[in-house]
Order: sequence, then structure tokens, then C-alpha cells
Amino acid sequence: MKELLVYIKEYTKECILGPFFKLLEACFDLAVPLVMASIIDKGIALNDRGYIFKYGGILVLLAIIGLTCSITAQFFAAKAATGFAANLRHALFKHIESLSFTEMDGIGTSTMITRMTSDINQLQSGVNMALRLFLRSPFIVFGAAIMAFTIDVKAALVFVVVIPLLAIVIFGIMLISMPLYKKVQANLDNVLGITRQNLTGVRVIRAFNKEQAELGSFNNGNESLTTMQLFVGRIAALTNPVTYIMVNIALIALLWAGGLQVDAGSLTQGEVVALVNYMSQILVELVKLANTIVLATKAVACGGRVQSILATSSSMEDGEYKETGSSKDKGGIDVEFENASMMYKGAGADSISNINFTAKAGSVTGVIGGTGSGKSTLVNLIPRFYDVSQGCVKVGGRDVRTYEIDTLRQKTGIVLQKAVLFRGTIRDNILWGNPDATDEEIIEALKAAQAWEIVTGKDKGLDYVIEQGGRNLSGGQKQRLTIARALVRKPAILVFDDSSSALDFATEAKLRKSLQELSYSPTIFIVSQRTSSIQHADNILVLDDGELAGQGTHDELVRNCEVYREIYNSQA
Amino acid sequence: MKKGKNNDTIKKVLKYIKKYRISVILSLFFAAVTVVLTLYLPILTGDAVDYMIGKGQVDFEKLAGLIGRMAVIICATGISQWIMNICNNKITYRVVKDIREDAFSKMEILPLKYLDAHAPGDIVSRIIADADQFADGLLMGFTQAFTGVLSIIGTLLFMLSINVWITLVVVIVTPLSFFVAGFISRRTYKMFQLQSAARGEQTSLIDEMVGSQKVVQAYSHEDAALEKFSEINGRLKKYSLDATFYSSITNPATRFVNNLVYAGVGITGALFVLNGYLTVGGLSCFLGYANQYTKPFNEISGVITELQNALACAARVFELIEEKPQVPDAKDAKAPDTVKGEVVFDNVHFSYVPDKKLITGFNLHVKPGQRVAIVGPTGCGKTTVINLIMRFYDVGSGSIKVDGTDIRQMTRQSLRGNIGMVLQETWIKDGTIFDNIVIGKPDASKEEAIEAAKASHAHSFIKRLPDGYDTIVKEDGSNLSQGQKQLLCIARVMLCSPPMLILDEATSSIDTRTELKIQNAFAKLMEGRTSFIVAHRLSTIQNADIILVMKDGNIIEQGNHENLLKKGGFYANLYNSQFA
Repeated sequence: MKELLVYIKEYTKECILGPFFKLLEACFDLAVPLVMASIIDKGIALNDRGYIFKYGGILVLLAIIGLTCSITAQFFAAKAATGFAANLRHALFKHIESLSFTEMDGIGTSTMITRMTSDINQLQSGVNMALRLFLRSPFIVFGAAIMAFTIDVKAALVFVVVIPLLAIVIFGIMLISMPLYKKVQANLDNVLGITRQNLTGVRVIRAFNKEQAELGSFNNGNESLTTMQLFVGRIAALTNPVTYIMVNIALIALLWAGGLQVDAGSLTQGEVVALVNYMSQILVELVKLANTIVLATKAVACGGRVQSILATSSSMEDGEYKETGSSKDKGGIDVEFENASMMYKGAGADSISNINFTAKAGSVTGVIGGTGSGKSTLVNLIPRFYDVSQGCVKVGGRDVRTYEIDTLRQKTGIVLQKAVLFRGTIRDNILWGNPDATDEEIIEALKAAQAWEIVTGKDKGLDYVIEQGGRNLSGGQKQRLTIARALVRKPAILVFDDSSSALDFATEAKLRKSLQELSYSPTIFIVSQRTSSIQHADNILVLDDGELAGQGTHDELVRNCEVYREIYNSQA
Repeated sequence: MKKGKNNDTIKKVLKYIKKYRISVILSLFFAAVTVVLTLYLPILTGDAVDYMIGKGQVDFEKLAGLIGRMAVIICATGISQWIMNICNNKITYRVVKDIREDAFSKMEILPLKYLDAHAPGDIVSRIIADADQFADGLLMGFTQAFTGVLSIIGTLLFMLSINVWITLVVVIVTPLSFFVAGFISRRTYKMFQLQSAARGEQTSLIDEMVGSQKVVQAYSHEDAALEKFSEINGRLKKYSLDATFYSSITNPATRFVNNLVYAGVGITGALFVLNGYLTVGGLSCFLGYANQYTKPFNEISGVITELQNALACAARVFELIEEKPQVPDAKDAKAPDTVKGEVVFDNVHFSYVPDKKLITGFNLHVKPGQRVAIVGPTGCGKTTVINLIMRFYDVGSGSIKVDGTDIRQMTRQSLRGNIGMVLQETWIKDGTIFDNIVIGKPDASKEEAIEAAKASHAHSFIKRLPDGYDTIVKEDGSNLSQGQKQLLCIARVMLCSPPMLILDEATSSIDTRTELKIQNAFAKLMEGRTSFIVAHRLSTIQNADIILVMKDGNIIEQGNHENLLKKGGFYANLYNSQFA
């Protein structure tokens, strides 16, 4: 949590000025009972109307100054809080972007989105409240006590006794209920989980006649949630009555002590009224303080969660080898796997193990294998989405880990299994591949990807706006556009990770043909489950449970490789 | 119009609250007690001040009696406040629990038509978030609105009983705070709108970029994304500052009005004391009231927004609860334990939306044990046929009969119990792998489960999981691949082995080699069982007894593989295009 303070540093001035003006306001608040006391003791006692009006005027003046101070304070607090949140969001977004796939897999997208949005929002209001109230409330509490002392030491001893007692009670109740609220939240999450499951699985649940069983488990969850809520509620419900009783018992003590002092002549009636006023100010502030603390605790929890993401560093170290514009020669380059193994973080076994092969510059390599055999893992190692756990992967004769990651990824165009497009025009999306591409180059890439007809089919052509997630395009259209996006950068290595599954046979054949005709002849990898997609490849890698079960051309494999033959026959 | 709807919602809420009327009565009673006692205390304090006029002029005897009375009243106030709080808690949480339960049990009997048309997120948020918001609002309403109103009335009465004119000063100045608060909130409304628009924009950017991080990194798009993010972030910061600052003026402003009231009471009060119409104690008491009186006013505007919000949330939950449920099972519905599996479609008409016809005049006779394959392009109604057999949807006209009985004359439980179904969309229940396999046969032994897993070729991947069959899997199944999930779903059906089978693209995510092996297992399973198979890979259905070729909701061809190929129609085209 402390680490987050960096992001508010820029607003140090506001962080000091805000509470400062808040304190000023509090001082004026504290002066009010004293003014009132002198109205009673001087104005009334001496029958002086002028005095009453004069001091009444002071009360109004105090109110105006108080208003000015507190508005100033609110401004500084709001400025610091919103500025802090903006800085933090920026830092977090930047950090998340720098995380490698391993960390992304571990944290999960939805978690990161909540951290960026609701957690930071909570933090913002937490900081805002803290700047406004954290100093003010204790200040008023202690200030009231001190003012009481200036009036009368003996009567003020009551304050000395009651303030620590109140603090103990309020914090005690909070300490007890805080962890319980966490349990309530966990219970709520559970109920939410059950509900969500029932909706997504409604067909299965009904097909297996599980409605009653599910209702039962929901009711159990719901009941335990309610029980927990009631339990916490009973404890939290104590706060107000207990503080009320304590403050008012103190008031009684104050009256008695005040009575003694008045009788002895060391205290006036007006001063007793002032003492009583201070006591009630304390009660009001303590309630506010308790609320602020609840909010602050939540904010601290959010801060902790945000911090935990900022503390996750990328497990991938950047290499140093860079290529400048001039040495970026176009055309395919060699890709080699030497005894490469890869184990996902937290997995029990290698996803691929001991893979050896060489893909010559400009050649086409097919990768085939069953579900979960490690095909995607293998190609993900080339642009260094993940690091090998053993052995090495070489691109252009050089270990991928020695490349500056950006340089390496500039060399590769990868088309992922899931066709992802972004909000924006078709042109914007294709430009992802190469921000400097001209319209001619874009069209060339679209044509090669068999995606040109999609563009010509839209009346706005390249300016056709794609909705978020590409909702307004079919699966096949999205897939072809993502292929065009990879082609437009004219990469040295082109990787298709099962990315033509939504294309029909005819389109796929055309695509294959146009890939062979690419002028810059990249080294191509095609991952597929269909033998028809890869049987023309120069070299085919057959994966079985993460092991290389064979490699060679289609004809060789049909002859020698049992696994390949089975796959081939299953599709004939 | 809107008001009428709110009243409606309030009536419904009251119906739920009725069950806890004793708690409600207790709560109201103790709220009243609390308010009266709380307000009475300043009068006693004032009296106490009046007993201490000056040096040597303190009436200790009376003071002692008074203080004793105050002690009793204070304790009584505390206790009644506590009881009130507990009652409120109980009412709120119990009512919300009841509502949630009703909503959930409604969900279980809602027709698929409704559930398919509504995003799961929407329904979940009704049952969880809306209900929760409603609880918060209701609790706040109970604790603050009622006591707030009571306090205002009570304070007025108490003040009037002491002095009419000072009361008037208070009454005249107070509306100022309403006015100020109203003025500010009108001005800030727009700023909040801007803020939430910017937030929405930012969230969707985050969603897009973080959600597709792999692509972002693969294309080194991080900097461009960050730049765009910064631009929105800057705007958000500005709007956020405006909204936060201007809205936070409300508090000082109303406090200012408060202080004005205080000053007004101080001045007029002091003048009245001079004229002998009021004692110093009375003034002290008034000052106490002046502080208390405006507090509920400030709170009440907040409570009203909160309550309105709560009602809106409640209305959304009630909408779900009141949704028309599926047609209940017929009273004399049959519930055969097992069926032979003869399925007849008799002139079936069906459409999802009234003006868009889908299936018209569909006839089919499937003998027990026959294999029916359904093929055709996407959106042609293949899955619809399955929806009708399972009675997820009811036919528009005509009928579907199993063993000669209209399925609407059977209990859903017995109909579905006789059919094993594997869908393209897999669904994994939170729990262990074992739990997931035995879902259709909860009393199955571990051996049976393993047997079923072996038959569906799921055993080999399950045994490689960290805890084997006891590995916990989650709904989103992130630790399982799509293909693995599908294997699990197949294992479920293998375990139950019901007399009829439905396989809707059941092997679409499984590689062809494994699929081939599963097909063998399926073939064994399908022996003697009526089965319906939907597939886009034609290789998997060639040996079906009947192939239905569907297009635009109609059966355009019907026959076995050879016949259809010979016929040279749509099917033949489809089949040959595979080898083009």
C-alpha cells in the first residue's frame, strides 16, 4: 500500500493544503460554543442587547469563514484524489501491458479489469474522504477536549476518561466486524457463482433433471449468506447505541461536575452550556470517524489488490539484440528448435518436451496433432510469448531470448486461433500489423488473405467500422481480416495458429496458394487439425501429448508415422 | 406513470415484509421510543442548567434527581435503539433472502425462450446486485427515513412546546439547506454524466486491450494503446475532479445553513431570555435541537435518492419473479421409467418469433433404435429440432410423440431422464471431475465413473491432472481445454446410458483422431438406442439410418447416405464440396 504513495507525490501540496483548511474550519467550529457561552454569560447576564447582536454577528461571520475554508479544502482533496487515481490508472495500465503471457494467464483478464476500474474508483473516494476527514475528526475530538480544559480543568477530566473509552469501543466493534464483512462478501460470491452456473448450464441442468438439487444448493448458500449478514448486523448494530449511552453518561457526569463548579463559583452557567456543546460535537465526529474508517479500510484493501498487480513483474527479461531499419532485411529466416521443452507455470508436466527441428528460410512447416498435444504452445515459443523451460528456440541463428522483444515480434506475424479485432475501421485494424502501410499495401494484404471481397462488400470499404470484438462480422470474415493484419507487415516468419478453421475448403485452398506466391517468401508455420491444410507443407511436425511423434513430408509420414496415419485416415 | 409503477413495487415489497410484521411493529415502536427519548434529553439537560444559576445557587437535590432520571432515559434510549437496529436488520436481510429465493426458483422454471433471450449477466445482476442494492436501500430507509421524519416532527413539537417564535426562526431558515442542496445537485448531475461516460469509454478500452493482450503484444501495439488510454484518462481526470468537487460542496453548504440556524437561534434565544420568556437552560436545549433538527433534513434527501434507487432495483427483481413460467406438467402426465424410443414428429410447426416461420409441417417417424442424423448449413434449424425433442421449447402446432405419447403429456422429468444429451457448448459445474461425471447418476461408484471416462477417452487426460478425479474444476473451466470439457460431457452421458441420445455437435472441439475413437464408443452406446446426431463433419454421420437435410427450417431431403448421394441434390453437393 505504501508503494502507491508515489502516485500522489505530485499532489503533495494539495495533500497538505486540503487537511490544513479542514483544520482551520474545525477551529472555527470549535470557537462557536465559546462565543455562545459569552453571549449567555455577558450578553444575557448584563442585559446587553448590543453585545448579543455583536456576538451573534460573530457567529454568522464564523459560519462564512468556515464555509470558505471547507470549500477550499474540498477542492484540494478532490484534486489530489482524482489526480492520484489518474496517475495510478495510467501506471497500472502500462504495467499490465508489460506483463508476459505467463503472468496474464495467472492473473486473468477479469481480475485485471476490476483492478483498473472499481478498485481504483474505491481508492479515489477513499483518498478523498481521508484527506477531508481523517485529520478533522480526531482534531475536533481532541480540540473539543482541549477547549473544555480551557474552560474548566476539573469538569474537563470527564473528557479525558470518556474519549479513550469511546475509541476502544468503536475500534473494537470495527475490528470484530471487519473480517466478518469479508465472510459476507465470500458468501455473496458463492451465491453469485451458483446463479451464474445455473444460467450458463440451464440446458444441461434441465436435461439431467437437476433443478431441485440446484435450488437446494442455492437455498443453502442463500441461507448461510443471510445468517452471516444477520450476525454481523447484530454486532454492527451495537455501535450507535453504545456510543450514545457512553457520551450521554459522560454528559451527566459533566453536569454533575459542572454543578459542583458552578456552586463553588469557578464556572458560569454559559460555560456549562459550552461544555455540553463540546460533548455533543464529539459524538457527531466520532460517528463520522467510524464511517471514514470503514471506507478507508475498504480503500486500503483495494489498494493492496492494485499493488499486488503492480508488484507482479514480468517473468521475461528483455534481450539486447536490436535491428535498425537498414539491417532489417526482408524475406524469410531460419527457425530452429533445439531440445525445446516448455512447462506452463503451475502445471504438473511439460506441455511440449524435447522438440528438435529446423525450418529453413522460406519453407512451410505444418504442425498437426490432437487436442492438447502442444501445437499452440510450440508456435507461441517463436515470438517468445512464453519462454522455454529447457533447450532453446533460435530465430535467424540467434536465441530468441537475446533479441529485444519488440524486434523479435516485428519479425513475426502471428494469426491466433481466436480471431480478435478491435473497435475501429477495417483500415485501423489492418494498420496494427504495420502502422506505415499505404492503402495499396493494405489492399494487397487483404487480397492475399482472401479478405478483399469483405471490404468491397461494404459500402464504406476500408472505412467500414468494426464494432467491439468484431460483433458485426462473421467468424470467417474476422479470421480472414486477422490474416490480412499479419500479412501487411510482410514478416520474416508467418504463423497460423489453427486460424483457418472457419474457412471453407475452397477459400482455404486459395489462401494457401496466395501464401506460396508472397514476394518476400516468409518462413511459414501452419497449425491445424486438418491434414488437408498441411499436407503440402515442406515439413510436417506431428505432435502427440507434447512429444514429437514424427516429422517429414506428407508421403513420408503416411508411410512411417503411426499417429499421422491415424489422423489422416480419420479425415479421409 | 412512473409513480404508479413505484407504488406497485412498494405494494409488492410490502407483501414480502408482511411475513415479518411483528418485527416491523417492534421496529416502528422502538423507533418512536428512541426519537421521543432522544429529544426529551436536551430538555432535561436544559433543566439541569437551570438548576445551576451561580455561585452557591445550585440545587443539588433536584439536580441529583434529574440526573438519575436522565441515566434511566439514556439507557432506555440505547436499548431501544439497539432493538430497533436488530429488527431492521432482520426484516431487511430476511426479505431480501426471500426475494432472492423466489427469483432463483423462478429461474429454474422459466422457459428457455426467456433465458435464451436474456444475457446471463443481466439475470445474475438482478438476483445478486439488484437484490443487494435493494437491501442496502431498504435498511437505510428503515433506519433513517422513518426516524428522520419522526425526529423532525418530534423536534418541531418539542420546540413549539418551549417557544413558538424561536421555532419559527428555525423553520424559516431550514428550507435554505434544501434549496442549496437541490441547486448543487442539479448543477452536478451533468458533470456526473460526463464522468460516467468517460469511465464507460475507458472501461471498454481496458476491456478490449487487456482482454486481447496477446494480440496487442504480438503486434507491439502497447504504446499506441497507452496513448489512447492516456487521452481518455486525462479527460476522465478532469470530469472526475469537476464532479467530485462540485458535489462535495453540498456538505459545507448545508453545514453553513446549519450554522446560520444556530446563530439565529442564539441571537433570538438570547433576546427572549432577556425578556424573561425563556430560561438559559431552555436556550441550551434549543441550541441542541438546532443542531439535531437540520441533520435529518440533510440526510433525508440522500435517503430519498437511495430509496428510489432501491425501488428501481426491486422492480427489476420483481420483473424476473413475475415472468411467466413454462407450462407446468399436465396433471395426468405420464412418467414412464424407460421408453422404447419410438419418436414421431406429426405435422410440427414451430417458430421462435411469431412472424418468422422456421419449421413448417415437419413429419418424421423414427423407429426404436434408429440413428437420425441432421445436417445442413448454419442457422437452418438443426438445433431447433433438438430443442423440441427435449421440450426446451414447445411446438407451435402438431405434436411430438415418444412411444405414442405426446411429450406434453409426459412429465419433463421422465422425458428428459430418458434422453442423454451432449451439446457443442460444454458446461462444467464447479466441483471435482468426479462430481461432473456423475451429474446424471449421483449414486454412481468411482469405478463406474472411471469406466465411463475410459469409454469417452477422457480417462487419459484426467489421470494426468494434479489430483486426478478429485481435481477441482471451475465453471469457466480455465484449467481444461474446450476439447477436454467436451470429453467430460460425453463421459456424463456414457455413465447414464439412457434409452435415447442426442449429440449436438458433440465432438466439434475434439481432434479427429480422438473423435474417431469416441465414435466407436458412441457406436457401441447407440446400439439399440434411438439417437439424434447433429454434425457438420459429414464423415461422422454416414452410417446413420436416416439423414435429414435441413435448409431454412425445412427438411429438404431425407434418406440414407447412398440414396441421398445418388439423388445428387443438396446433400450430395455438400458432401462433394468437402473434397473440392
